[in-house]
Amino acid sequence: MRGDVHAQFAGVTRVYPGAGGHTPVHALGPIDVALHKGEFFAVVGPSGCGKSTFLEVLAGLQQPTAGTVTFEGHAVVGEVPDGVGVVFQEDASFPWLTVWDNVAFGLRRRGTAPSEVRRQVDDALAFMGLRNFAKAYPSQLSGGMRQRVCIARTLVLQPRLILLDEPFGALDAQTRLLMGDEVLRLWRTTGATVLLITHALDEAAMLADRVGAMSARPGRFIEIIETGWPRERDSTIVAEPTFGEITGRLWERLRGESLKALGHADLPPAALAAE
Amino acid sequence: MTRAGWIRLLVIVAMIGAVELACRLNFIDHRVLIPPSKMATALVAMLASGQLNDDIVRTLGVITIATTLSVVFGFALGLVIHALPRLRAALDPFFATYYAVPVFIFYPVMIAIFGLSLIPIVLMGVATAIVAMIIATLNGLDRIPRVLTKVARVHRMGRLATALQLQLPAAAPHLFTGVKLSVSYAFIAVIAAEFILAPAGLGRAIANAYADFDNRRMYALMLFVLVIATVVNAGLHALDLRWAKRRGTRPS
Repeated sequence: MRGDVHAQFAGVTRVYPGAGGHTPVHALGPIDVALHKGEFFAVVGPSGCGKSTFLEVLAGLQQPTAGTVTFEGHAVVGEVPDGVGVVFQEDASFPWLTVWDNVAFGLRRRGTAPSEVRRQVDDALAFMGLRNFAKAYPSQLSGGMRQRVCIARTLVLQPRLILLDEPFGALDAQTRLLMGDEVLRLWRTTGATVLLITHALDEAAMLADRVGAMSARPGRFIEIIETGWPRERDSTIVAEPTFGEITGRLWERLRGESLKALGHADLPPAALAAE
Repeated sequence: MTRAGWIRLLVIVAMIGAVELACRLNFIDHRVLIPPSKMATALVAMLASGQLNDDIVRTLGVITIATTLSVVFGFALGLVIHALPRLRAALDPFFATYYAVPVFIFYPVMIAIFGLSLIPIVLMGVATAIVAMIIATLNGLDRIPRVLTKVARVHRMGRLATALQLQLPAAAPHLFTGVKLSVSYAFIAVIAAEFILAPAGLGRAIANAYADFDNRRMYALMLFVLVIATVVNAGLHALDLRWAKRRGTRPS
């Protein structure tokens, strides 16, 4: 059963103004969708369809051209709302700080008491399996572990809405599966609402309660699929027949859109089959 | 010390040994070059007598002032130029060719304006070093990952906090390269300027010894300058190496 509406898009569009005589780019929308409290919502779609724009508009990192975005009933305008944490695809760890100091960064900025910082950072490191690497620098860690540092840095601030912008995009397939388990554990433990942007259909199908399939640019939701997974789940569900059905259905909806994004929309079916 | 370090040391010792031998066996005329051991003995005697103290203080003081001015103003100018893309586009060709122009040709102008004082020497040092710092600052600012700006906004950081806590540390390796180059360029420019512009200082002392055919003194002073330059650069390189190791990058 779905909880209360936690974040909502109402008639949201995003158009990038044309610079230097170029025509404006209609990147997103109109989008009307609600994220419910405590749900795991994933967005998939072809490259350049506006998935990350969708996330950044919700995070307050970009302003919608039209429409409104609300988080916990308040309009998101121009700044990241309190209670929202974001993990980016790029490695956003601070190479000049140790893992411990990376995770403590936000708490220190908030002026949290040192004893409390110590307790919360130690807890977050333990949760993310980084306790033994507290004194290491990010350069001494693998890509997956650096991303865990970034997740821990977000987690420690106890966000109520966690936005993940292709956080596993740079990782290998096996590590991505394991990181997916970590994120599911995090989601269950914190009770936060999670929005995951990904290009990987299997990742979305495995992790999310609902998967929004986005069209080629301008990005709109062409279908929102309920996965029906129980809250207690992990990466072993990839072996279940339902998993294959969900990814198959997603691909069915997205294949044409992906071809459009590649500029193949006008080719006849026979030509497409030959490619 | 690493294996490469030992090899490096061995090469230097072998080269010094070869020069020593060549001088001692009169393959090289003593009026041209004296044995390194005699250079070292003469240097120790000069340092012990205190006769070099004023020159050392003066030269190292001028180098420090020139380096500090180059680093501070080079960094500030780099920030301004980075913030003004049109100005940068106009200045880029100038920066690209700056070190192809011998700024030393301006020394008569410096003397005409400031006389034989410390000012033209400091200015020569700054003129030679500052562009390296400007270029390093521009490189550093260009290479700050864009994601850090987003991280700053997620943490609701103001412009100053973003600059001090994220952008400056992110650009630090490039800025440190600028500092290293500024030290080296200021060193070279100040010693060279003292040859022709100064009434005192290590450069002047070397020029005087050369004019007096005092090889012992001249080579001892040259050895001193070499040792100081090597020690300063080795110290900066060691710092760079330590920071680069933490960041998982190569020293600049």
